[in-house]
Amino acid sequence: MLQTLWDNRIQCVAMLLFAVGFATLLLHPNLMKKIIGLNIMDTAAYLFLTSIGYIEGRLAPIVTNASTDPARYANPLPAGLVLTGIVVSVSVTALMLALTVRLYERYHTLDLDKIYLMARQEEEGGV
Amino acid sequence: MKKKADLLAKLRRWDAGEFDLTDRLEEGFTPDEPQDSAYPWDREAPVERLERAQIRVWQRLYPYLAALLCAVTVVFLLYAVMDLPAFGQAGTPSQNEVMERYVSKGVFETGAVNLVAGVILDYRAFDTLGESHVLFTAAAAVLMLLLGAAPGRSERELEGIVSSDLIVQNTARIVVPVVLLFGVYVILNGHLGPGGGFSGGAIIGAGLILYTLAFGFARLGRYLNFKTYRIIVLGSLLFYSLSKCYSFFCGANHLETIFRTGVPGRIFSAGLILPLNLAVGTVVACTMYGFYALFQRGKI
Repeated sequence: MLQTLWDNRIQCVAMLLFAVGFATLLLHPNLMKKIIGLNIMDTAAYLFLTSIGYIEGRLAPIVTNASTDPARYANPLPAGLVLTGIVVSVSVTALMLALTVRLYERYHTLDLDKIYLMARQEEEGGV
Repeated sequence: MKKKADLLAKLRRWDAGEFDLTDRLEEGFTPDEPQDSAYPWDREAPVERLERAQIRVWQRLYPYLAALLCAVTVVFLLYAVMDLPAFGQAGTPSQNEVMERYVSKGVFETGAVNLVAGVILDYRAFDTLGESHVLFTAAAAVLMLLLGAAPGRSERELEGIVSSDLIVQNTARIVVPVVLLFGVYVILNGHLGPGGGFSGGAIIGAGLILYTLAFGFARLGRYLNFKTYRIIVLGSLLFYSLSKCYSFFCGANHLETIFRTGVPGRIFSAGLILPLNLAVGTVVACTMYGFYALFQRGKI
């Protein structure tokens, strides 16, 4: 069992990185740190995908010497998927940061608990 | 601004530890205020007392529950990793006939030496079109959220900050041309080697951001203002959409390009991949710079 985990250690690191990001997302009340946590989770997903595409001893999927032997190159497909993931992650991060800016302008804090409290008071007080 | 002062006073009290989430109900309560106040939470009902207790319990339990959830998640994920095929081996289920097909036929069918570029801009160009639109939509949403927002600093203050640093300016004078040239190289080289529209566009965007940091928005605005930004981004997206959406109307046939693939390895080869890389690169570069400008001063 430990041997399997050690053989797949890069994927284990990706999972641990995912957990670190998830914990940051859940435990920090600060919105900025929540966004950082989500980005760490994204990075873990990229690491996992690229590790799936890697094959020991093969070249990057760029054809050299006009050789198109599939046994010569690593898998090009996960690289394309990671590219998609990076772009979506950048877009989502930008959107979250913009929303955070607007929240800060309204409540003058980044602490989600305080924001939640104030929003609730506004709702109940009908302000 | 009474409301703002009110909020700031609340925050100060929070930081001094004078109230937490559970003290919500005492908020606004002063001894000389009459009991029949307009605020319903001044008259504490049994239900509200229960709710207070619930909030207190939840507040104390939340970190432990969250940590437990993370631990359970990581245990399950590691358990799943144990079932995965060994790392870095050929012949695993992910290295299947799809990959073989892409590698063995990719160069003849797309003309791109870089197989990743062939996959994302020819075989799966429609996905990449959606990706560009995700980026564009995010930029539009950020624009909507931040365009009306009052920037923290005035225009003059911003100009004063960005154009007073001699070290940044002289470094930018040396670095920015190299960065922009390298970005163009990475975009144009996308089908021949590592690179492509997304990475090259990000490099050019970084160069533009460095330029504005050193010399201010006004100087870059001579070349790239909101109008040119719109024309460039929409033009690129429109070109990409037109060149890839026609297959949509042919019943998803004719996914192959009408252009010849040319001699693999030459710069003018690989059919539409080079123009599509250019389109993606300009969209990415403009979006990166647009994000920076929007967050920095609330407009592009």
